[in-house]
Amino acid sequence: MKLPRFSFDLSLSRIGAIFLKELVQMRRDRPTFAIMILMPIMQLVLFGYAINTDPRHLPAVVEMREDGPLTRAFLSSLTASTFVDVVAVATNEAEAERMLRSGEASFLISIPEGFERRLVRGERPQILLAADASDPVAASGALGAIERIAQSAFAPEFDGALGFLARAPPPYEIVVHRRYNPAGISAFNIVPALMGVVLTMTMVMITSIALTREAERGTMENLLATPVRPVEVLIGKTTPYIFVGATQVAIVLLVSTLLFHIPFTGSFAAFAAGVTVFILANLMLGYLISTVAKTQMQAMQMTFFVFLPSILLSGFMFPFRAMPSWAQAIGEALPLTHFLRIVREVVLKSAGFGDIINDLGPLTLITLMLVAFALLRFRRTLD
Amino acid sequence: MSEELVIDVRGLTKRFGGRTVVDQFDLQVPRGAIYGFLGPNGSGKTTTIRMVCGLLKPESGEGRVLGFDVLGESLRIKERVGYMTQKFSLYEDLSIRENLEFMARLYNLDRRAERVDEALSSLGLAERQTQLAGKLSGGWKQRLALAACMIHEPQLLLLDEPTAGVDPKARRDFWDQIRHYSAQGVTTLVSTHYMDEAVQCDSIAYIAYGKKLIDASTAEIPKQIGLHAWRVAGRPLQQAQALLEASGGVEMVARFGAEIHACARDEAKLERAVRQVQAEQPHLRIEKIEAGFEEIFIYLMTGAADNFR
Ligand SMILES: Nc1ncnc2c1ncn2[C@@H]1O[C@H](COP(=O)(O)OP(=O)(O)OP(=O)(O)O)[C@@H](O)[C@H]1O
Ligand SMILES: [Mg+2]
Repeated sequence: MKLPRFSFDLSLSRIGAIFLKELVQMRRDRPTFAIMILMPIMQLVLFGYAINTDPRHLPAVVEMREDGPLTRAFLSSLTASTFVDVVAVATNEAEAERMLRSGEASFLISIPEGFERRLVRGERPQILLAADASDPVAASGALGAIERIAQSAFAPEFDGALGFLARAPPPYEIVVHRRYNPAGISAFNIVPALMGVVLTMTMVMITSIALTREAERGTMENLLATPVRPVEVLIGKTTPYIFVGATQVAIVLLVSTLLFHIPFTGSFAAFAAGVTVFILANLMLGYLISTVAKTQMQAMQMTFFVFLPSILLSGFMFPFRAMPSWAQAIGEALPLTHFLRIVREVVLKSAGFGDIINDLGPLTLITLMLVAFALLRFRRTLD
Repeated sequence: MSEELVIDVRGLTKRFGGRTVVDQFDLQVPRGAIYGFLGPNGSGKTTTIRMVCGLLKPESGEGRVLGFDVLGESLRIKERVGYMTQKFSLYEDLSIRENLEFMARLYNLDRRAERVDEALSSLGLAERQTQLAGKLSGGWKQRLALAACMIHEPQLLLLDEPTAGVDPKARRDFWDQIRHYSAQGVTTLVSTHYMDEAVQCDSIAYIAYGKKLIDASTAEIPKQIGLHAWRVAGRPLQQAQALLEASGGVEMVARFGAEIHACARDEAKLERAVRQVQAEQPHLRIEKIEAGFEEIFIYLMTGAADNFR
């Protein structure tokens, strides 16, 4: 096979021609533009409500094995909080367990006997939090919520003679037992991951018609008759969408902080690098599709053809390590897999560059390979 | 090479799915010439032009365009060629001005705004420059496309039916412009189905079924074909047309409004046939005329073209 020769005498003017043209076309194509902006918001809100990451008024049963000033203060804080609705105060364990099992309560909060005495002695007594984790989101939000409630309940009590208890870590321990779904899926995991899903969908879709649309409208003939180089077409046509992708990321970040209070703990530079390479990977994947697809319809179908495995095998839907090894192998080749790891590391686990290099590397490699394939596939003639 | 040839290609052959669409096509076009490219629908004109400017890869053949290898140096060729496609291929969702600017950028032109302004004013579209190209009428689209492919002052113009759907005044302006460029040394290969345009060309290449059948200077073509014609007029004409068509001596019958032109290459046979029809239909007036381009190309495009294969 004869390899096509790439000419590297690129011209900024020609890249600019295509770039500006794409911008104008994007501006004129209001519906598509609107979809690109609204899609992340819509998905976030839909997923947000479906999984209800900031749950409120979850029914709880409190098992009070001890009745004292401290435990009563805790109970009244629980009753006052919007996170749980205390539907019953049980004194016997069997009754509380029954309510949890039947679904009458999503939580069982259990204060052990001798709580106050052991607290004062510094033995760090446990508050047991049993959560119905078949509603995983409720379960994952619970620990933080109960911690906050306990803190605000005990703070006013820990003064005077008990002042020595106002210290960190707190003199008690909250232990979470997930029932029925011990793995638990964190909402904090899902929302950042949604960013990856939204980007995969829109970026691949929009560039998958980049060349197909030109071919279908007959404008390809004019474009190919000019001295424009394949690389220039690629750069000019994909760059505008980097900005669109960045806008989507900003929207997701904003919405997820405002609505879902997702903490952003890691290095922003590492995050930006991950997002940029991921956007590029998807743009190149879409562009590769557009060099293969004959019609826009085909391009859409191919987009969904790659979208499905991305959703299923990337660790978005199912825990990655629990998948069979062939599925993991496919997953490793998908940009979304690496992006999910990067974004979870950075957003939730305070990671920096060093921690994400194992995924940033493969992601870059995938991107470069896609660029190479796309340029090889680019038809410089109408044949 | 005594004369400088701008297009010099030999043996260009193109197949689509096993069907030979252009077969062993040779073309030599000297600098500054206006070369007409004629042929029935589907004969391979567009395909040939696309091969000349590097948009299609020929299965075989070789040659040079503007001194560059037609197979290996298509980028160099594209920089210097203005190709106007048969189907409108600018962006309908870009304004007139944006389309011209797009082309100007693609050719890396200096004085971009100036050139675009010039093109707009010579088109007479300066006031409508912000209008979307897709909203233009068919004829105006053609004129915009022409302006767009000329914006980089190409040395060779490949025009594929540039005046299809353009009004007579604009077509006249267009041909004046082409002759003006020609005088400056710009070479033009133009395909057309209009005979009044064919006669404006210096030379004509005629292609049918992918084969070039005629290639001669415009003045020589009538002699080469040797077609003779009689005018038959009078009312009614319908029956006369049927009789002429049935007659062995007449090879082609073409109706021109209120008259019929009967043509054949055998002068004596044709005259006998026409006179016989007149004897049967005495109200007809007959007269020997020069066979024009219209008659010649209708003759070529009817079954008579088989004689040349
Ligand atoms: N991309 C293609 N794939 C398959 N067949 C093609 C393709 N392009 C052209 N053809 C065929 O090649 C033949 C020549 O087409 P071409 O467009 O060159 O004719 P033309 O002389 O320009 O006709 P017209 O006067 O109608 O414009 C036609 O039979 C057409 O069907
Ligand atoms: Mg054609």
